[in-house]
Amino acid sequence: MSKIGLITKREYITRVQKKSFIIITILGPILMAAMFIVPIWVATQKDNEIKSIAIIDNSGKFKTAIEETEYLKINFLDSLTTVEDAKAIAKEVEFYAVLFIPKDFDNEKFTLYSFKQPSVDVTSFLTKNLESEIEKQNLIAQNIDLEVLESAKKDIKIDVYKWTKDGETEKSSTEIIMAIGFIAAILIYMFIFMYGAQVMRGVMEEKNNRIVEVIISSVKPFQLMMGKIIGIALVAITQFVIWIVFTAALVMLIQPLIMPDELITQNTEVVQNISGNQNVLTNASESGISDVMSVLRNLNYGLLIFCFIFYFLGGYLLYSSLFAAIGGAVDNEADTQQFMLPLTIPLILAIVMAQAIIMNPDGQIAFWFSIIPFTSPVIMLIRVAYGIPEAVTYWELALSMILLILTFIGTTWVAAKIYRTGILMYGKKITYKELWKWLRYKN
Amino acid sequence: MDFFTTHNIVKNYSNHLALNKVSISVPEGKIFGLLGPNGAGKTTLIRIINQITAPDSGEVFFNGEKLKAKHIEQIGYLPEERGLYKKMKVGEQSLYLAQLKGLTKNEALKRLKYWFEKFEIQSWWDKKVEELSKGMAQKVQFVITILHEPKLLIFDEPFSGFDPINADLLKKEILELKEKGSTIIFSTHNMSSVEELCDNIALINKSEKILEGTMSEIRSKYKSNIYNIQFSGKFNKLAASFTADYEIIDIKENHENTDVKIKILNENSTNNLIEYLLPHGKINSFNEIIPNMNDIFIKVVNKFNEISTSVEK
Repeated sequence: MSKIGLITKREYITRVQKKSFIIITILGPILMAAMFIVPIWVATQKDNEIKSIAIIDNSGKFKTAIEETEYLKINFLDSLTTVEDAKAIAKEVEFYAVLFIPKDFDNEKFTLYSFKQPSVDVTSFLTKNLESEIEKQNLIAQNIDLEVLESAKKDIKIDVYKWTKDGETEKSSTEIIMAIGFIAAILIYMFIFMYGAQVMRGVMEEKNNRIVEVIISSVKPFQLMMGKIIGIALVAITQFVIWIVFTAALVMLIQPLIMPDELITQNTEVVQNISGNQNVLTNASESGISDVMSVLRNLNYGLLIFCFIFYFLGGYLLYSSLFAAIGGAVDNEADTQQFMLPLTIPLILAIVMAQAIIMNPDGQIAFWFSIIPFTSPVIMLIRVAYGIPEAVTYWELALSMILLILTFIGTTWVAAKIYRTGILMYGKKITYKELWKWLRYKN
Repeated sequence: MDFFTTHNIVKNYSNHLALNKVSISVPEGKIFGLLGPNGAGKTTLIRIINQITAPDSGEVFFNGEKLKAKHIEQIGYLPEERGLYKKMKVGEQSLYLAQLKGLTKNEALKRLKYWFEKFEIQSWWDKKVEELSKGMAQKVQFVITILHEPKLLIFDEPFSGFDPINADLLKKEILELKEKGSTIIFSTHNMSSVEELCDNIALINKSEKILEGTMSEIRSKYKSNIYNIQFSGKFNKLAASFTADYEIIDIKENHENTDVKIKILNENSTNNLIEYLLPHGKINSFNEIIPNMNDIFIKVVNKFNEISTSVEK
């Protein structure tokens, strides 16, 4: 086996046998699935506490307005009760809250008093019921038949279809695409950091415990560096593949138990009330899981997965070679900071800009961030999710890929020079000037 | 026959000349001591031999050929700063390093079995290196260094950190390796080990080689012709006729005995001195004070430093 092959094998095997690898491999999918399932599940958990609300209706018009539910009981008190008296009664009888309906509710305010801060679902429940009652009464006063009105209402939902190049028509969903693009971007970002850091740590370990000199008497520094980088890349890919398989299995198994179709739409309303604004997830689930599945089926998986792997590898090779160089140059963890920060700024910037780019995948910012090799691994996936060549033309993709390849070859060349000098040098204060000198040493 | 030679090696590090036209010749099957003060350039030279760094100019010859990458497999190197992967198991790691040197897995396993049994360390095979004590780890590292039966072995301060028992074991192994035909270069400050093991030495100081030769050549060169005589009886001076040829360096009276150090000047022989002393009493012992390497080292280096500072002036 070639020397690089031997080194790669060792780097791979020692890492996949580690407990931490196994734990992250198992925890990862569980956490990811939980990220989707738990917020919805929590939202569905209504309070089990039975709340009694006392109502003092000075207008006399709301006798039948508010329906009791399993958890919310209504008690009408005498309309002449004062706030003071109500407070005393509430304390004695343990009312959750007391609602005062003013005589002239067009001009005066409704008020709610309670000892504890009333929960949002109580206040929104009351508001909804009161509003619909008022609306009903206004309509009746105008002689509008309520039944006719009900039948006139219609909930509409827009189904999105995409015309594809082949002349097909596919069901689509912008929100789902955004979600996928964003998740892919985050995954790549995370993986580059996680595995790049492993490369750096490995290099520093070898330098610190001095085994580097023994190994360098058997192989060239470049072989050691590349063996390590490639070995760790394989660990990342292994982990990613296991995650995908595991997460898919988990979601398939748990989803029917926790999220049957009807529950989805109910949950959506509750979540909306609480958060006030729509979020991607609720919209996605609003379509119903079966719809989501059909949209997902229509995605161009081949392309997506190819791009994911290409951009992950490209970004990883670019950054990990530089991390290896830093690890080789310094003597201890503390000294890495001054180099890590400038190096990681492009990645962090990319993630920060991702939110804007996801809304506008065709814009100038999106274009530049997906071409420049230091940010393209994160950003290009967001654009690719929107479709090729609709959101990203072929030439843009090709340009981005070629630039990424050329750049990681370049960074590997630079890193190798710094690495080969740094790993045997101890006790020297490392500055950019020093590194520049090393770059100029001949072989 | 010289197995290994360097010719005029020059190595510069940005603002510091590490090696200045250093040439050494290491004869085959002998133990060669590479000596010198700290910072002299020994480690740089060793790294060049191991192809860890390359010289700026000069050549290195390995068994008649110019030093090439393939020669790595015939060189074994035990660096001064020893280290192994802490979290890797001893057996697994030894196999890995042996394979990096070019051995096949099977061959490596066979040889590791032999050495582990010889050193009685089989029980360590599945232990992680971090579980071993320092001395244990050094033994393992020694085995790893010699496993591929290299023709040239380089040991940088091999005895540092070894307790006397393990140091003795190591000495025996080194001599055995020499018997088997390996050529050995060993760099050290431990002069007593040099006395016991080396056949040839070279002394490097401030990037230059200032001394080279076989042990006997060097001892002859630096011998002071002083003899130590232990003598029953009284003796306190030489007859006038002898003072031209012999000089008393030191006399110590020791109860009934006298210890006297006499220097033989010019080319006079020891027999004359013995004849002269015989009537004075019983000679208990008569031996030449052979200069030890420690003293020679100090003497040569100091002289060289004196010369170079006076030249600078």
